[in-house]
Amino acid sequence: MWKLLQIELFKISRRPRTYIAFVAIAAIVFLIQFALKADGKSYIDLITRDIEESFIIDKEKALNGYFICFLLLNTLLVQVPVLVALIAGDSISGEANMGTLRLLVSKPISRTQLMLIKFLACFLFTVALLIWMAILALFGSMLIFGTDNMMVLKSTGATIIERGDVFWRYLAAFGYAILALTTVAALAFLLSVFAENSIGPIVATVCIVIVLTILSNLNVPMFDKTIRPWLFTTYMVGWKGFFYINYNDDGQTITGSVENWHAIKRGIFLLTGHIILFVGIAIWVFRKRDILS
Amino acid sequence: MAPIIEVNQLCKNFKELTAVSNLSFTVNEGDVYGFLGQNGAGKSTSIRMLLTLIAPTSGSINFFGKNLKNHRHEILRQVGAVIERPDLYKYLSAYDNLSIFAKMSEIKVSKSLIMNQLQMVDLADRAHSKVRTFSQGMKQRLGIAISLIHNPKVIILDEPTNGLDPQGIADMRNLILKLSREMGKTVVISSHLLSEIELVANRMLIIHKGKKMAEGVVSELLDPSKTIVQIETLNNNEAKGKLLLSKWAEFVQQNNGLLLLQMNKGDIPQLTIDLVAMNIPVLSIQPRHSLEDYFISLTNPNAHVEAFAN
Repeated sequence: MWKLLQIELFKISRRPRTYIAFVAIAAIVFLIQFALKADGKSYIDLITRDIEESFIIDKEKALNGYFICFLLLNTLLVQVPVLVALIAGDSISGEANMGTLRLLVSKPISRTQLMLIKFLACFLFTVALLIWMAILALFGSMLIFGTDNMMVLKSTGATIIERGDVFWRYLAAFGYAILALTTVAALAFLLSVFAENSIGPIVATVCIVIVLTILSNLNVPMFDKTIRPWLFTTYMVGWKGFFYINYNDDGQTITGSVENWHAIKRGIFLLTGHIILFVGIAIWVFRKRDILS
Repeated sequence: MAPIIEVNQLCKNFKELTAVSNLSFTVNEGDVYGFLGQNGAGKSTSIRMLLTLIAPTSGSINFFGKNLKNHRHEILRQVGAVIERPDLYKYLSAYDNLSIFAKMSEIKVSKSLIMNQLQMVDLADRAHSKVRTFSQGMKQRLGIAISLIHNPKVIILDEPTNGLDPQGIADMRNLILKLSREMGKTVVISSHLLSEIELVANRMLIIHKGKKMAEGVVSELLDPSKTIVQIETLNNNEAKGKLLLSKWAEFVQQNNGLLLLQMNKGDIPQLTIDLVAMNIPVLSIQPRHSLEDYFISLTNPNAHVEAFAN
């Protein structure tokens, strides 16, 4: 199993398209970091304009690595599903397109094993992408802008999280983001089983994510209790929950607290369920499929 | 010879289409077994069922006396295959491709093993070139190397000469003969190029519209009593007139200006003597009975003679 996984990772690592995602993330992160380093004050002025009267904000300290990482994740985690789909959507259809699928299936490996290995490789790619993002967005921003208490803006105002209470939240947020993006990878992987070229599953995945995200964000009462709770896209930005913090009776933030653990747990449960469902269907279909390509 | 592959009553339906119908055949140890049929006859479907790429609708396949469905893993370790064009991973080198598939075949992979294999198919000097720079013939040879890397007992080649130039076809033929004669492999080869099967196979199966038309030893299948002889004279019409008045009249089959006789190959010397005695100026006499002729006679009897004329 380990040897097969090594082979799969080797193949992924040798494909030029693999690095598109890493280059794209680096480009976005560096551009935003550069812009904020050059003129961060104007940006802080802009986003705090509406709450300036209610809160006293030290704008110099607010523009720190933690805040910028939050900003980067907000931007990046919307785009990264496309990058994940580039690899996962190609995993089976790409082999069919190259004509190597028949060679793989005629080897002494079970189809289930082959599928599990391929999905595991997609998962590891997703993890690598998030680690890369963490290195650039979190550690890079910490290095460039330093660390301080973190300001989190919400529609209801702003919350300040103490410097010492932030880092674990990022680790948890990246962990959650891995789960969310793995769900997208699982969807692309499933669609990949039905196609014989990579474009179809990649485009289909992106379209499905866009449509479901719109549905998830649509404030239509009819959808609130019927469709929305069951869409994986409803939980894609659940990582933000780690930065929403509880207050005590004196209005002070409680260190180590999370406002809505229930929502985070539900998100983890639903995303995991979708991953199992998508991969399970993919394996079931692939086991029964005649390899004609 | 012990049977290596036994196929019994194999059927495959794709919805309404019957691709293979009640196909049974046996491949013995050491055979170069030709699998012959026109495009769409069911060759590739049958071969893919042998490799578990396609699930049979009914019937059974046994390798080495064991059922393929129940002993898939064990059997496939002893089977190597090239299925149509072996496109491989174009962005990897020949060495990497070979290394990947060797590891997947559960063997201990060493640099010398891979280089020896590349040497065997004359690709050692291109070991580290990307496959995307290879010609079709080189890819085909690399495909053969991949199919052999784990030292299988059976090699299955589906249309291995597809897309090859004449030199590539000759190289492939020599390689197949080498596999059989020098390395003792059992080879199953499918092709619609009848001459190729005739040159390499000792036994063969002819399949048409998913059904077995004939199976047996190639030399026995080629019935010498049905040889087509093409005669070229200075005046074919005059020659035909004379032959129709002779004892050869019943054998004459003329078409599109060619003078053809369907006869026993052993009677050609007597025919030659009689043509000279009849003062027919002969330019050439060519016995044309081949596997192609036999194949056409089975799959389309009416086209048996016309095929040569066109």
